Amino acid sequence: MRRLPLILPALWLGLLVAMPLLVVLVLSLSFPAEGIPPFSLPNCAEGVNTESFTLLLEDPFYRDAFLGALAVAGGTGLLCLMLAFPMALGLARAAPSWRPLLLALVLLPFWTGFLPRLGAWIGLLRDEGWINGLLQSLGLIEAPLPLLYSWPALFLGMVHAYLPFAVLPLYASLSRIDPVLEEAAADLGATGPVAFLTVTLPLALPGAAAAFLLVFIPAAGEYVIPELLGPPSAQLVGRVLWGEFFQNRDWPVAAALAVVLLILLILPIRLFQRLEARR
Amino acid sequence: MALLSLRGLTKRFGETMALDRLDLDVAPGEFLTLLGGSGSGKSTLLRVVAGFEAADAGAVLLDGQEIGAVPPHARPLNMMFQSYALFPHLSVAGNVAYGLKRDGVPRGERDRRVAEVLALVGLEGFGRRLPYRLSGGQKQRVALARALVKRPRLLLLDEPLGALDANLRERTGFELRAVQRETGAAFIMVTHDQNEALALADRVAVLEGGRLVQSGPPRAVYERPATRFVAGFLGAANVLEGGPDGAGGFGCPALPATLRPGTPVEAGTTACALRPERIALLPAPSQGPNTARGVVEEVAFRGDDSLLLVRTPGGALLRVGHAEEDGAPPPRGSMVHLGWEAASVVPLLG
Repeated sequence: MRRLPLILPALWLGLLVAMPLLVVLVLSLSFPAEGIPPFSLPNCAEGVNTESFTLLLEDPFYRDAFLGALAVAGGTGLLCLMLAFPMALGLARAAPSWRPLLLALVLLPFWTGFLPRLGAWIGLLRDEGWINGLLQSLGLIEAPLPLLYSWPALFLGMVHAYLPFAVLPLYASLSRIDPVLEEAAADLGATGPVAFLTVTLPLALPGAAAAFLLVFIPAAGEYVIPELLGPPSAQLVGRVLWGEFFQNRDWPVAAALAVVLLILLILPIRLFQRLEARR
Repeated sequence: MALLSLRGLTKRFGETMALDRLDLDVAPGEFLTLLGGSGSGKSTLLRVVAGFEAADAGAVLLDGQEIGAVPPHARPLNMMFQSYALFPHLSVAGNVAYGLKRDGVPRGERDRRVAEVLALVGLEGFGRRLPYRLSGGQKQRVALARALVKRPRLLLLDEPLGALDANLRERTGFELRAVQRETGAAFIMVTHDQNEALALADRVAVLEGGRLVQSGPPRAVYERPATRFVAGFLGAANVLEGGPDGAGGFGCPALPATLRPGTPVEAGTTACALRPERIALLPAPSQGPNTARGVVEEVAFRGDDSLLLVRTPGGALLRVGHAEEDGAPPPRGSMVHLGWEAASVVPLLG
């Protein structure tokens, strides 16, 4: 019975993480085929099929999809950090009685569905939307601005969706910093900004790294936001994967895309863990 | 001229008066301890002098210059924090050099002064360690070194020995004293530990409810407490309630005995202090002033002496010190006769 606490998570990880990953890995090495399901498994006669991976490495379309996704995820991570840092600092410095309310406000977006919130952005940004309507009625513009299906709209949606993931780890690390450290810095001759740069900021860096990764990792595989808000040219890996799976019905290539994305994301996670261990 | 002068310093936190029209002068090179219980305002006083709190009224003068409006980073004094407040991401040398860097001291001189002050506190060779790898005593020394490296003329110390265990505390106290003599800086040290205050200071200032109730050399404050509070706080003296008896003495109904203090009893005096170690056991009953008899209720062995609790016929419970070299203390329940010098009875002002 004492092993139960170990067996349960192991069972969970095995069934819900390892098994699906194994299925994806096997799929990525399968042969495309006509029919249902649209693939045939690796077998003794034909061996494994590595063509899907070869295709990903050789076709610049896929390479650009990966680079684009990493750039968008990185940009989203940086934008979220810049917005989240002052929010988290405000939270950490707020009076203790205010903190639960302010934290609840940060988490509020999670309490409503993801798709309705994106729907709201579409309603705001489309040609006949509220923003264009307002600008036109004020006479500031004549024709509607192409706000929706643009890169800014894409980043707007991404930052909106992922900002809480950045606020929480930053808040956790900032609220652990003893305020007396800034007083000590002031006592030793540091002005407010200098104390912030030399004491608070370096101590918040691990939290900032965690915040960046928590945004970067899910953002790299994001499909819905680029699809609903982004420009058609934003052929990021999530969208490409969707297309391979549902439109081209090339399951092995779709699975290979997923495997490569996973490998690309494990790298920064390992790097972060290394840094943490060194502290 | 005084290095630091506080004039009518007042600070309120909501309804509580943390500092109440407090006046205090600190001479250059003086070691002053601020002694008081929690809520006495002693830490607030340090924070106002350091500039972390603004006084509601009154003035803080450093070398005769009002510094009330000067921000903390521009005040030419340093503070050693109770929790030490070492920067966890900087090495020992980095922590100590922090203040010099802010002043733009060039690299070579900086390194030299950091090494110098680390040697002063006995931490040579620790420069590259990070704070989490230091013991409590070592952290304390780093905090001291960091506060001293800018050679302040005034150093504020907030319970600098509070986080150390008893053994280390005594030794570190002596080291603190030596460092103070060597640097010539004035130290204002906040403490709630009366032994620490008496042992280290040139002068003890006792605070109660944001007011300065007494200040003076440790011996004088100990021997002649001004108020009940000081008498009880320092050395836990017996406080005897009563009043002037009209014949130049002090009547104490609970004893009952006539006290003839060494100093005149002013009208309105309602209590006298009598230290336990000043009460002697007499071999035989004695009449006359400054004597009493009673029954031993408790005997507590304390190492170098025993503390007796003696109940007098009037109902007073006297704490009586009994030195070991005077032989075994009287057993519980026995009748004892007590006597003391007139000079040991100190009339209290309030």
